[in-house]
Amino acid sequence: MATTEINPTPNPAPEPAATAAEAAAKTKGHRFGGLHKIRAQIRETEGVAKYMLWTGLVLSGIFVIAAVFAPWIAPYDFDTYKSGSGERFPKQGAPSGTNWFGTTVQSLDVLSRVVWGARTALEVILLSVVFSLIVGVLLGLVSGFVGGWLDRVLVLIMDTLFAFPYLLLAIVAAFMFQGLPGGGVLTTALAITVVYIPQYFRVVRASTLSAREAVYVEAARAMGAKPTTIMRRYVFSNVVQSVPVITTVNAADALGTLAGLGFLGFGIQPTEAAEWGYDVSRSLDDINAGMWWTATFPCVAIVLAILGFTLLGEGLNEALNPSMRRRKIAKAVIPPITNPRKTVTLTATATGTATTAGAATKATVPAQADPPPAETASGDTASETAAPDTTAPDTTPTEPQEEGK
Amino acid sequence: MPTKPDTAASSAPAADASETLIEVADLQVHFPLRGGLFNRHAGAVKAVDGVSFRLRKGEVLGLVGESGSGKTTLGRTLLGLNKATGGSIRYRGKEIAGLREGELRPLRRNLQMVFQDPHASLNPAMDIATAVGHPLQVHGLVPDAAERRVKVAETLERVGLSPAELFLDKFPSDLSGGQKQRAVMARAIIAGPELLVADEPISMLDMSVRAKILQLFLDLKRDLDLTYVYVTHDLASAKFFCDRIAIMYLGRVVEIGPTAEIFANPRHPYTKALLGAIPDPEKVGVPRNLPRGEIPDAAQPPLGCAFHPRCPVAVAGCGWEARDLAALLDRHWLAAGEDARLTESALFARPAELATAGLRTVSLTPGKGHTAADIVELLGRVREKTRDDAFWRGVTAVEARGERACVDFAEGSDPRLRLVGGTADTVSVACHLVA
Amino acid sequence: MTDTDTTPAREAATPVLSARDLRVWYGSKRGPVAAVDGVTFDVRPGETLGLVGESGCGKSTLGRGVLGLLPPGAAVDGEVRFAGRNLVGMPAKDLQALRGPELGLIFQEPMTRLNPLMKVSDHFEEALRTHNRGLGKAQIRTRALDALRGMGIPASRYDSYPHEFSGGMRQRIMIALALVLRPAFVVADEPTTALDVLVEAQIIQILADLRRNFDTALVLITHNLGIVAEACDRVAVMYAGHIVEQGDAREVFANPQHPYTQELLRSTISLGTTGLHFIPGAPPDLADPPAGCRFHPRCPKAMRVCADEQPPEVLLPTGSRTTCWLPVPDMTTAEGRLPLEAEEIGVADEA
Repeated sequence: MATTEINPTPNPAPEPAATAAEAAAKTKGHRFGGLHKIRAQIRETEGVAKYMLWTGLVLSGIFVIAAVFAPWIAPYDFDTYKSGSGERFPKQGAPSGTNWFGTTVQSLDVLSRVVWGARTALEVILLSVVFSLIVGVLLGLVSGFVGGWLDRVLVLIMDTLFAFPYLLLAIVAAFMFQGLPGGGVLTTALAITVVYIPQYFRVVRASTLSAREAVYVEAARAMGAKPTTIMRRYVFSNVVQSVPVITTVNAADALGTLAGLGFLGFGIQPTEAAEWGYDVSRSLDDINAGMWWTATFPCVAIVLAILGFTLLGEGLNEALNPSMRRRKIAKAVIPPITNPRKTVTLTATATGTATTAGAATKATVPAQADPPPAETASGDTASETAAPDTTAPDTTPTEPQEEGK
Repeated sequence: MPTKPDTAASSAPAADASETLIEVADLQVHFPLRGGLFNRHAGAVKAVDGVSFRLRKGEVLGLVGESGSGKTTLGRTLLGLNKATGGSIRYRGKEIAGLREGELRPLRRNLQMVFQDPHASLNPAMDIATAVGHPLQVHGLVPDAAERRVKVAETLERVGLSPAELFLDKFPSDLSGGQKQRAVMARAIIAGPELLVADEPISMLDMSVRAKILQLFLDLKRDLDLTYVYVTHDLASAKFFCDRIAIMYLGRVVEIGPTAEIFANPRHPYTKALLGAIPDPEKVGVPRNLPRGEIPDAAQPPLGCAFHPRCPVAVAGCGWEARDLAALLDRHWLAAGEDARLTESALFARPAELATAGLRTVSLTPGKGHTAADIVELLGRVREKTRDDAFWRGVTAVEARGERACVDFAEGSDPRLRLVGGTADTVSVACHLVA
Repeated sequence: MTDTDTTPAREAATPVLSARDLRVWYGSKRGPVAAVDGVTFDVRPGETLGLVGESGCGKSTLGRGVLGLLPPGAAVDGEVRFAGRNLVGMPAKDLQALRGPELGLIFQEPMTRLNPLMKVSDHFEEALRTHNRGLGKAQIRTRALDALRGMGIPASRYDSYPHEFSGGMRQRIMIALALVLRPAFVVADEPTTALDVLVEAQIIQILADLRRNFDTALVLITHNLGIVAEACDRVAVMYAGHIVEQGDAREVFANPQHPYTQELLRSTISLGTTGLHFIPGAPPDLADPPAGCRFHPRCPKAMRVCADEQPPEVLLPTGSRTTCWLPVPDMTTAEGRLPLEAEEIGVADEA
């Protein structure tokens, strides 16, 4: 490979352009090198964590698929009250062939509302997670790395935000951001963002504080790297590894907040998009009237989606958090000794021959001058013995290692 | 068998003539101690306290001492990783002690560091190619990524990580301790530095790897014309590796000179103690006289010579003080047993009187039911038992003065680093006994 | 052979602890790891056995395996005879009861083993109360202060917290804690590695005094050969899960028989070092150790037989034991004695 050509003297690589591109590709692949470990750790997860992880993945997967392919999956639009052939849906109609999940008081198809609701939820969650991730991680990083008064002020602000009941905070924020050009989805996403910034901030700041003291950060400084470079290349890449876990847990939480806002009538208007919380609030009266379908399906959707993200987050946490990680360790099985080690007693004589016998020689016998003990086997060849038990109580420093089992 | 390269031996005489790379004069690094409710200034830890030496180009200077001696702080301060609070460091004649971080950064190319713990000094989330090549990127030495990768591969081969392809895309966690330290060294030399401060670079490595890494240091020095400051507590490796050695104790250099001379003829009692403490497979069963106790707290250093409380040959003028009496009593009670301690310590109403730093006269309040004469009598008995203790050389009077028992100590002074002999390259020692 | 008069006396005493064919294997993804693989040794009262070798040779595993302190997934086989009982296969509860009063362990990092919220006195009270219920406060104090005094810690520090002590002092406290119960057998796992030279020398001196004053048998695990020479009666050199050489410490150091011992001694940097020497390569992967003698890929004296057949344990006239083909040329064929064409070992394979 040209990129790793180590001999600098001969003619340079024939295709410098390709070389450069290749090398660049290589470096790029490892920009977030820490993530390669995450993958390996997930693969090694065992036990409950594994089931949590996979259940979470499947549920979240269904949710994401429903959201992405809503136009194809949902039989109708979320705001239509007639079928494609122009036939009007019944008002509060029970589940039927045309409306599998029934219809609402507004004659809307419940199945379509549920599927489209997934899309709304995903949009809001993605936006809010991305916003709070960017803002929270950035602030946490800077706050932890720079320290001083900036750190104190930011911590104070974040702690204040954290102290608010989250739904109240989201409502206040939703009021503040009302009327933004992005519409209800953006407003709600921003409201939720405000709620979750402190969480990222705290986690990232804490790990930044410990990473800042690491020797490799010191080494980067000794190398001559600027603080911004150190923050970007040395602190960030290590700090960012704690983020995936909070992200999934926050996504679950954000779903709940979104539904709560919708239920209370803040955020997304029913004409803009389908929203589960709003649907649940509209169906409260139906339950008393014995119409179960309008409330049940959006509720189940909320529960399953939250469950999926929560399990995913907890599973990831167990897989990645070293203190919680339980790896399956196969207990070693020791086979019986098949090839016992031979034991030889060597009695050095003038000729240096090795002689062995059932009896061990006393260690106190001078090495060179002493003749072999009388009972040693005659002959110049060393013969091995399975060390009979008679030697055991003898006065050798240690006993023969293998006793011919 | 690999041996010490010839350059090291032959450069010694030539070193006199060679240029000075770094000149340190009266360097001080004090860390302020803050304590109490309002973050008040509560004294300072004098990590480095008035150190001067000259580092010639191409030599290996060993900074040897126990932890707490200030050797690591001194090494780091040479590179500006710690702020000097006084004195000067001149690098090629240019003062770098007061420089701001931004002004230091371009210089860092020339002054590099190898850290003690190879497992911690590489970013775990950065592959070896990026980590080792980062100094090139930081200082803008190589135009593009491809060239950087070539240069990294070349450097990895140079430090023994060959074939480099095996290591370029690995992460630190995939490497053994020795390999990591090699990668760290590759990172340190890739930008072509002049000086390398190596802070105990082999102490965390396995015994069988130490010689290999030390050999690598020697090879790199020969090939790249490097100058080393070797910070260590291991006199054996220092003896082999260094041209000159500075023995440090509590922020001071107590002895500095050519390695051969220091080992053949150690002059400072602390140097002698360090040498005597090295376990040597070749010298089994030789009884050793180890100094008692441990290195004291740098926030409240002993009066006079900092080593005097542990020194077996201390004399009257070494700076004896009240705390030494407390230590002596502890030693006495260790030998005499718990019963003696309980009865005898009752004589002292306020043990804290003995704990104050820097008292040349200590006045002791007798405990309930005891008189000053009892204390004087006790100290007399202790003196009988510990007649050979260097402590008594510094006591000028033990007597009752009114209600209280007083102990006076001889006036002590802090020995300065003085040249032994005349010529420029001989040993300097900071000890009252070495005239 | 300077010890001719003391060795028989030592030998005459019954061993405090004898291990026979002890094997400790770990489970791993790549299959079982034979960290300790058939080790036999004795420790007699008042004797100090030094255990040396590179990292990853099974020293620590052996030390802990003897005391039954092993992580989940580890399996132990063989025999560890202590006071007439076999510690291998003993119920965890019985073993737990032995640890402390009979079997002690001194760790490398004292700070991690001392509770920062407990005074030194509390540590001693806890240790003594757990195993001697009848002791009164005064008795505990006396015994604890005696143990501390033996380690050179003044009684005035008895009520201090661990963080008020220096590293060396803490290690002394740990040793005093381990010895206050008068165990018959103690494993010290690199007790001085984290300490400075002078403090290390002080503690080694204390340990050396210990064997004179008590009958405690000590297994001292260390990578510092100087310490072994200084403080140990006998030494066992471990390589890749085997003890490759054991014998009287002075004898082994003066006259090493196994090539690994020879290489280890040569590669140690000491005051007498005039040239650097090192063993190429690294200890083998114990999940897949080399056939024959495990040292043969790195051995400068390797013969052909070394790669094929495991060497016998040879009891030498000096009393040392070495596991090597070299002293028994008669047991091998002429062809087996031909030098082994060694594969080139690059730095890439180093530890």
